Amino acid sequence: MPRSLRERLAILSDAAKYDASCASSGTVKRDSASGGLGSTEGSGICHAYAPDGRCISLLKILLTNFCVYDCAYCINRSSSNVERARFTPEEVVWLTLEFYRRNYIEGLFLSSGIVRSSDHTMEQMVRVARDLRTTHGFNGYIHLKTIPEASPALIEEAGRYADRLSINIELPTDAGIAAFAPEKRPDGIRRAMAGVRLHIEDAAEPTLRTKTRRRFAPAGQSTQMIIGADGASDATILAASARLYGGYRLKRVYYSAFSPIPDASAQLPPVKPPLLREHRLYQADWLYRFYGFSIEEVTASGADGMLDLDIDPKLAWALAHRGRFPVDVNAAPREMLLRVPGFGTRTVDAVIASRRHRRLRLDDLARLRVPLRKARPYIVAEGWTPVRLLDRSDLAALVAPQARQLSLL
Amino acid sequence: MHIVALQGRGDLLEWRDAARRLFVAGLAPEQLDWRIAGEGGLFGAQPLPPLPATRPAPRVPRAFLDIAETVVCHADAGRFALLYRLLFRLQDDGTLLSMAADVDVAAAWRMTKAVRRDCHKMTAFVRFREAPEGARRRFVAWFEPDHHIVARTAPFFARRFADMDWMILTPKGSAALDDGALTISDAPAAKPDLEDPTDALWLTYYASIFNPARLKVKAMQSEMPRKYWRNLPEAALIPDLIAGAPARVAAMAQQQAHIPPVFHDRIQARRAWDQRDVSPPPGTMAALREAARSCTRCPLHCAATQTVFGEGPDSAALMIVGEQPGDREDLAGRPFVGPAGDVFDRSISEAGIDRAAIYVTNAVKHFKHEPRGKRRLHKTPDAGEIEHCRWWLDQEIALVKPKLVVAMGATALFALTGEKGRLSDLRGQRLRLEGGRELLVTVHPAYLLRLPDAERAAAETAGFRADLAEARRRLAQLRETPIAPPVPAWMEPAPGGA
Repeated sequence: MPRSLRERLAILSDAAKYDASCASSGTVKRDSASGGLGSTEGSGICHAYAPDGRCISLLKILLTNFCVYDCAYCINRSSSNVERARFTPEEVVWLTLEFYRRNYIEGLFLSSGIVRSSDHTMEQMVRVARDLRTTHGFNGYIHLKTIPEASPALIEEAGRYADRLSINIELPTDAGIAAFAPEKRPDGIRRAMAGVRLHIEDAAEPTLRTKTRRRFAPAGQSTQMIIGADGASDATILAASARLYGGYRLKRVYYSAFSPIPDASAQLPPVKPPLLREHRLYQADWLYRFYGFSIEEVTASGADGMLDLDIDPKLAWALAHRGRFPVDVNAAPREMLLRVPGFGTRTVDAVIASRRHRRLRLDDLARLRVPLRKARPYIVAEGWTPVRLLDRSDLAALVAPQARQLSLL
Repeated sequence: MHIVALQGRGDLLEWRDAARRLFVAGLAPEQLDWRIAGEGGLFGAQPLPPLPATRPAPRVPRAFLDIAETVVCHADAGRFALLYRLLFRLQDDGTLLSMAADVDVAAAWRMTKAVRRDCHKMTAFVRFREAPEGARRRFVAWFEPDHHIVARTAPFFARRFADMDWMILTPKGSAALDDGALTISDAPAAKPDLEDPTDALWLTYYASIFNPARLKVKAMQSEMPRKYWRNLPEAALIPDLIAGAPARVAAMAQQQAHIPPVFHDRIQARRAWDQRDVSPPPGTMAALREAARSCTRCPLHCAATQTVFGEGPDSAALMIVGEQPGDREDLAGRPFVGPAGDVFDRSISEAGIDRAAIYVTNAVKHFKHEPRGKRRLHKTPDAGEIEHCRWWLDQEIALVKPKLVVAMGATALFALTGEKGRLSDLRGQRLRLEGGRELLVTVHPAYLLRLPDAERAAAETAGFRADLAEARRRLAQLRETPIAPPVPAWMEPAPGGA
């Protein structure tokens, strides 16, 4: 008996949940004032949260979970006994529009197992995006997973309709990919990412005749790496991220703690997903992207290239570089304020704006929502000098979070 | 003490008119008691008594109006007094608002943030249910905001859901779009009875997208606090999903590895067939190119996108050798397509050379770079890397058999000859490679791009062009004369050389 739409929705969303990406932000502004349905306004909206703490912003589903690849970490690999199902492109279009109208979602994140050929699969996904945009005037967010081996013409078309394209690298080293995803070609993945970057940059140039800019994946491209499936260290993972950000201008690298899957490959014993490690990697990634840290600085202090699980990477760096502190909040340059444990980018902006008018004291910082217990040993403020604290050998214990952050698990 | 009672439903004008009259009447913040009409024994908004004007109207920066517009939406009873205090203090200190650490400013920011968050949560958590259709499809939602935000948030829904009729009802007002016309009311609405069969699909999705191995209930609740749950259909599933998670994880752990399904073997068999050896015949350019794709002779391949192999006819008479691919070349997989490639293309065409007729390659086939912030900065390859990559260059020369080779830059010269001499000493000379092939030396086009002085750059570019023109002339001569017999020493000047 053929499965109902609801049964297939259950299978094909279960199959999609191991992809961490959920963003629906950073695209161009659109609305439906001149027709159609939907809008995008800079920052995306998380319409719900599941008890795994992840936001639900997009209808994240696979077109099909049949797949000819046999990647060890994947629930949909060809050797898995997971239930299989497929949607028609029309069904995905219908689900997206009806979910969108009820304000459940911001748009669609469509991925697929590879069936028949890469081109056939990519073509089906592009068809969904094209129908949504051209037939139904859908102005919401579309994220398409890109199949590296698909023909350039299909990728070009995908970029025309989608806000974001992504290609998952999954593992940080070529050796890891060879061991766990034997059918994937790491060089093919890199070439595809390079191609997407070139398309995006070409589209940003105004055309000679009309001076208009073409549209190609305005929210850029992203990727995902699975954490803890292979033996790669945090330093290896973050160095791979830096290469991806630098080489292909990725908007995001997602880190996804390897999570046990039903009917797992014998290659991967089921373990608790390393959620805390995933969290530290995101923190390190943020330090690299927004706080002026290089990857080497972030990973240098940890043993065997692993980040410290007990303290966040910025605090770890500060403890290893006490000579650079304390920092005078009333005088230090922005770059140095960004390195103070407990100071976020917004705090730093507020400190810089406020200190133009008067010298800041600790209680001023408290009002700026600075966690003083954490930041105090590293700063000088009006009426506050921390010299003794910085010299204490038990400083790490003093400033470390009191309850180990097991709540994250 | 004057009692000032306002409706307080998020309307800035109401507060502004009152505040302006009170200010003009010379009343200080501590003389006023701001109230909400209908609360604390008050029955309605009472008109202010006529007050004599004692001073001119207050002046405020634009930023204050933005903050005030948001703060009046807050449900806190103290919001009007706070705004009046800020208004009062701003007259003495126009920069007050940039002091985020000030007590009043911090309080205003806190309220602003709360209102914005409430607006954001409204855009996220409103759930439309379909109602019987009229001419257009019609949807109704019930939502309970903390603050007076319906008027602020309604335009968002109008921009997004323009092609349907909808209505959002809340205890703090309602908004509706009818045939494209937006109407907003601040009167409290009653909770309607809503049902929609599509909710069942949404609940299926919500339950299936949840990963039981990553239970993080606190993270969920900080973004989706319980107070919203009663109006979210999916929230009804949460307790069971949480309760069932440990058992599902345990079941996964205990599961034995299954025998793969039948189609897996079929797929594997077909893959083996697809991957049978179809590589091009050895000794051809196609075979060499294919082999170079997976080159791991040196570590440069680790950080590069791909091997950038030479490009051009297999039997080109002229071969031009550069240093290594740059950022663009690495991405595109073709030599000389970046900024230096543009200089190169322009210069060879000015020198009368057709790029399609020549073979263009690099001494090193992978992009060597180092991160500088988020950019990849070119790094000159070292002798070892050039040495490793020379194997490919030698093969290219052996297969293409050019009559003339042009080395652009010191790296190319070193790769072709092993010579580390100064480029300027050898420029303009006719050198010989092993096998009797002739070699000319010139600068690398990237060098021309790096010259800061415009005059010098123009002169050097002209010199580069002249070298290329000389290559073209020499090539024409060489085409008429057979290649001279091999001469062991590469440095020996060719006959007729300068």
